[in-house]
Amino acid sequence: MSPQAAAPHRELGLTDAEYEGIRERLGREPNALELAVFSLMWSEHCGYKHSKKLLRELPTEGPWVLMGPGENAGVVDVGDGLAVAFKVESHNHPSAVEPFQGAATGVGGILRDVFAVGARPIAVLDSLRFGELDSARSRYLFDWAVKGIGHYGNSIGVPTVGGEVYFEAPYEQNCLVNAMCVGIAPRERLIRSAAAGVGNRVVLLGARTGRDGIGGASVLASAELSDGDASKRPSVQIGDPFEESKLLECCLELLERASLRSLQDLGAAGLSSSSSEMASKGAVGIDLDVSRVPLREADMEPFEIMISESQERMLCVVEPEKLGEVLALCERWEVRATPIGEVTDTRRLRVFDGDEVVGDMPVEALVEACPLYDLEPEEPLESVYPDPPARLRGEAGPDEALVALLASGGVASKRFAFEQYDSIVGSRTVRRPSDADAAVLMLAPDGGRGALAVSIDGNGRRVACDPYVGSLEAVLECARNLACVGAEPLGLTNCLNFGNPEKPHVAWQLKRAVAGLRDACLALGVPIVGGNVSLYNEGGEGPIYPTPIVGMVGKLPDPAALPRIGFAEAGHTIALVGPFAPSLAGSELEKLRGRLARGLPPVDLAAQADALATVRRAVREGRLVSVHDVSEGGLACALAECCIAGGLGARVELARVEGASLFGEGPGGIVVAGPREAVESLEGAVAIGEVGGDALEIAGALSLPVSRLASVYEGAIPAAFA
Amino acid sequence: MKFGVIRFPGSCDEVDALSACRRFADAELLWHADRDLHGADAVVVPGGFSYGDYLRAGAIARFSPVMESVEAFAREGGPVLGICNGFQVLCEAGLLPGALLPNVALRFVCRQVEVVVENPETPFTRACRRGERLSVPVKHTTGRFYAPRIAEEQVVLRYAPGHNPNGAMDDIAGVCNEAGNVMGLMPHPEHAVDPFTGSADGGRLFESLATHPGLGRSRSSLVGA
Repeated sequence: MSPQAAAPHRELGLTDAEYEGIRERLGREPNALELAVFSLMWSEHCGYKHSKKLLRELPTEGPWVLMGPGENAGVVDVGDGLAVAFKVESHNHPSAVEPFQGAATGVGGILRDVFAVGARPIAVLDSLRFGELDSARSRYLFDWAVKGIGHYGNSIGVPTVGGEVYFEAPYEQNCLVNAMCVGIAPRERLIRSAAAGVGNRVVLLGARTGRDGIGGASVLASAELSDGDASKRPSVQIGDPFEESKLLECCLELLERASLRSLQDLGAAGLSSSSSEMASKGAVGIDLDVSRVPLREADMEPFEIMISESQERMLCVVEPEKLGEVLALCERWEVRATPIGEVTDTRRLRVFDGDEVVGDMPVEALVEACPLYDLEPEEPLESVYPDPPARLRGEAGPDEALVALLASGGVASKRFAFEQYDSIVGSRTVRRPSDADAAVLMLAPDGGRGALAVSIDGNGRRVACDPYVGSLEAVLECARNLACVGAEPLGLTNCLNFGNPEKPHVAWQLKRAVAGLRDACLALGVPIVGGNVSLYNEGGEGPIYPTPIVGMVGKLPDPAALPRIGFAEAGHTIALVGPFAPSLAGSELEKLRGRLARGLPPVDLAAQADALATVRRAVREGRLVSVHDVSEGGLACALAECCIAGGLGARVELARVEGASLFGEGPGGIVVAGPREAVESLEGAVAIGEVGGDALEIAGALSLPVSRLASVYEGAIPAAFA
Repeated sequence: MKFGVIRFPGSCDEVDALSACRRFADAELLWHADRDLHGADAVVVPGGFSYGDYLRAGAIARFSPVMESVEAFAREGGPVLGICNGFQVLCEAGLLPGALLPNVALRFVCRQVEVVVENPETPFTRACRRGERLSVPVKHTTGRFYAPRIAEEQVVLRYAPGHNPNGAMDDIAGVCNEAGNVMGLMPHPEHAVDPFTGSADGGRLFESLATHPGLGRSRSSLVGA
C-alpha cells in the first residue's frame, strides 16, 4: 500500500466521486495520512455504505433492550440487575487468506466487542462455511480455522459452546468464519463508547502497534478475493490470546472501580476508527499524538500507526485525576497503558507527530458523511448458482439415502470440531455441544437466576433457493433451538454474508434477505440488537451462497430438568409437534441428488410462533425428556440423531402424519419424546412411535441398527481427514 | 481449613477451582507476584494457559515469585494439587516426576472421560475407593504423560480402558510425588463438582483434602502423617 502512487485514492478503494467529497469536506487536498484514514472510514467494512439504508428496516427495539445497534455489542436486560451483551461478526476474508490467524483474531475481536461494553464474555459460538470436504483446500481451511478458534477461545478461558459448519461448493474460495460472543455484566458496570469530557485523557491499552493488519478493512474486507491472495497475508492480523486475557481482566477491573469514562475496542481500521467513532458519538473532538504510541517497529510512519490493525488493543477515556490509578492497575495486570491524546471541543480528529500536525479532519466528515448508496436490486432470470454435483443415485432407497445423508458434511456429527473447543470453562455450561439444540449456560453458579440459551444458525443454500423464505427460516430455526430448551428469545444479532452488492442479483438477495429477517423478527417479537455485514464475498467462481447468520440469546427460568436430544428410555412415546410442511425443495437430499430449487414454500409465521410457545411451555413444565428440532435431512435424520445421541432405537410409523416425508425439510417440526400421557396431551402433537430396541425402524421405509447409524454419523468428518 | 488457589497471568480455571474448593472449605486466590500463601493449608495450581503457554506449557509460571513459596510449602509436606496447566507447572518445577507431551492427535481435546482411582491412600483421594471410577472432563493439547520410570504407588489415577484421550503412558491421568503430598492430574476435577454441569465426581478430591484430619488451623505436614 503506497499512498504516494498515482491516483492513490483508487488504490485505496475510493471512487473519484468519493475523493471529490473528501476534498470538499476538507476544503483542500487530503494528505497521505488523511487519505488513508478516509479510505478506511469510508470503506464498506467501516461505513456500511451499501447496507446501512437497508438495515434501517430492521426492528431494533424492545423494553428490555439496553443497548442497540451502534454500540460495541447489543445488550439486553435479563433481570436481577444483570445484563447480557452479545454480537456476531465475520472474519471471512482474513480466514480465506490465513485460516488459523484469521479465525483466531475473529474470536479475539468479538470478545473485545463484548468486554468493551463492560460484560465478561461467558460463551463463544461460531458459524463456518467451506467448500465440499473432498476439496483439499476446504479441509485445510476447515482444519486450521477450527484450530484458530480453539487456540484463541481456549487460551483466554471463554468456552466455545456451540456453532455450525456447512460444506458447499460456492464457499470453496471464499470461506465464512463468523464468531459470536455472549457476555454478562451487572447493569451498573455497562459502559458506552462515546468520548466525553473535554480535557480528559485518551489512553491506549494493550499490545504494541505493529505493521500487521495494515489496510485489512479496505484491502481484505471490501473487495472480492482473487488469485495471488497469498500476497495479502501481511494484511492478516496476528492474535495473542495471552495479551487479551490480561487486557480483559484489566478492563473489567477498571470498570468495576468506575475508573473509565468510555471504552472502545480497536478493530478494523485501528486507531482511526476507534477514535473517530468515540468522538462522533460524544460530539467532541480528539487529539492524538502518534509519537507516543508504543510500537513494535521503530520506523513506522504516522499513517501506518493510525491504520494498523494490531490486535489486543483498547482505547479509553480517563479523567485526569484518575489517570494515576488507571496506570497503576494496568501495571499490576502487566498491561501496557499509554496516554496518547486528549478529548477536545473541536469536533475534529487531529493527529500529531510530536508537535507537528500530520492530519486534521472533521469527525463528522469521517463518520456521518460516509456516502451511502442505494442498491440496484434485480431478480436474476436464472439461478446464479450451478446445480451441485449429484452424489446419490436417483433410485437409491430410503435406507441408502439416510446413510448418505448422515455421512454428508451438512448433517454429519461436528464432534471433530467441537471437541477441539473448551466448552466448559467458567462452570456455567449445563448443555454442551450436541447435548441439546441450544447451548445452555447458568446465569448464577447455582442456577438460581435461571439460565441463558444460545444458538447460531443459517442455511445459505436455502437462502440461495429463496432469499426471503430462507432468511426467515434462519430466524425460526434459531428460535426453535431455543424453544427446545424452554428459552424465550430476548434478542438477535446477525451477520449478513453476501457477494458484491454492486451486482444487481446480489443486491436483490440482500434486500429480500433483510425483508425476511425483519418479518420473522416482528412475528416473534425479537429485536435485532446488533450485527455486522460482510460483503464482496466472491471468488473467481462467483458469489457465495447468500448467508445471513442469526445468533440468538434467550432466557429460561430453571435449568434443573432440561431435555436433551437423545432418546432416554425404552417405552417413551415419540411425537412430532409443530406446523411442519416438509418439501424436498432446498433439502439436503435434493442437494445429494444434484439439484438446487428456485423458491421455497411460504411460511405461516403466526402458526410457527404458536408452536414455539407450546414447546417452550411443555419444556418449562418438565414434561418432555427428549426434544430435537427437524432440520437438515428432515424427519428421518432428526430421529436418527435422537437414536444416536441416546444409544437407543425407535419404532416409528408415519401413517398418521399429514404430508409425511422422510427427508423433506421446512421450518416448524420438532421431535419430542417422554412418558405417554405427557407427550400425547401436548397441543398439536402427533404420536409417531415409541423408543426402544437397537434399531431405527420406520414402518414400510427403513430399518437400520443404531450402531451403524452412529458409526456413519460420527465417522464421516474424521474419515475426510484420515 | 483453607485452600489457596494461584492466579497466574493467563490462568483460566482459577475461579472455577476457587468455587469448587469453597464447596468444601474456605478458599482464596493467591496472586502470582505475591510470595505470601496467606495461611493456606493446601495449594491448588489451577488450569489454563499461564503466560499463554509460551515457550512451553508451565515453563514460565514455574519461575513466578509465588512458586518459590509453593516449593517450600511442598518440601515441608504441605499438600499441593496441580490441575492440567498446574500439573505442567509442577512438572516443570520438579515437584512431580515426568513431563507432559503434546497429545498424540496433536489437537486440543475437550471430552468427558472416566478415570480409575489407583491409589486411594493419598491426601487427595482418601475419600475414594480403590478402583472407583470418576467421570471428569479433560481439556488440553499437552496432556500426554510420560516418565522414564514411575513407582506404581505414585500412579494415583488412570484413564479407564478406552478413555485415554491423549496417548498418555500406561493410561496415566494423575500422579503424585514420592512423599505423596504433591499431586498433578490432567482431568479437571473442578469442572465436575455439580451434576448440573455434568458430574459431581471431581468433588471427591477437594473433599479428601478438606476433611483431612491433618489439615486446618495450623500449617501441617502430611509427610509421614
